[in-house]
Amino acid sequence: MQINIEIIGNTLVAKLFGELDHHCCDEVRAAVDREIERGRIKNLVFDLDGVSFMDSSGIGVIAGRYKKIKEFGGRTLIIRARPQVDRVLELSGIKKILECG
Amino acid sequence: MNNKNENFMRLDFPSKSCNESFSRAAVAAFASQLDMNIEELADIKTAVSEAVTNSIVHGYRGIKGIIHIECRISGDSITVTVRDEGRGIEDVERAMQPLFTTDRDGERSGMGFTVMQTFMDKLSVDSVYGEGTTVTMTKTIGGEADGDFGEI
Repeated sequence: MQINIEIIGNTLVAKLFGELDHHCCDEVRAAVDREIERGRIKNLVFDLDGVSFMDSSGIGVIAGRYKKIKEFGGRTLIIRARPQVDRVLELSGIKKILECG
Repeated sequence: MNNKNENFMRLDFPSKSCNESFSRAAVAAFASQLDMNIEELADIKTAVSEAVTNSIVHGYRGIKGIIHIECRISGDSITVTVRDEGRGIEDVERAMQPLFTTDRDGERSGMGFTVMQTFMDKLSVDSVYGEGTTVTMTKTIGGEADGDFGEI
């Protein structure tokens, strides 16, 4: 999995490429948490346009980051999810607690 | 009855997480000989990914083992069996509840069985605690869960 991290103002944009499953969860978690812990960002955007596949392990990672961001009063947004990814997001109920564009 | 479309394949591989993507891609490649749409194929791929991940994360937690997959095509249906000889599930009914997870410190979503149930037409989970788990799931292509129109 390729992870591109970009910081725009106080928002971290994590662009993910490849398949988001249990195997690459740790990698995504570490990359995003590193930036959260630096304390410079408030909000988080997951850009999933490059994600060709995701299972419920991906939900775990996104929900975990959402909790961290929320602790500091920030918002989490998911953008550009493809149909297969969107179906898993929809089923998980995560779309009801964070914003999806 | 239409018996011309019968086929099967078997796959054995070690419980390494890098095999998650390999195994779901292999099942999808086999399944694609059925005339299905992209969504149906993605459903099978996602369900297999959940079952294999369960075997690695829970079945073989902290230990190494082999995961066995069998796929069987019969008519318009595909049945995928994912089997491990791992720890087994103490309480299957509880494990299948949405959001239930034994992984309190980690970030498992507890949605694995819910995904399998939703994306496939039939799901059965047989587990013997201490001996292993077998997940069997079936999807019928080109129809709703009840694709049976009865005898004509």
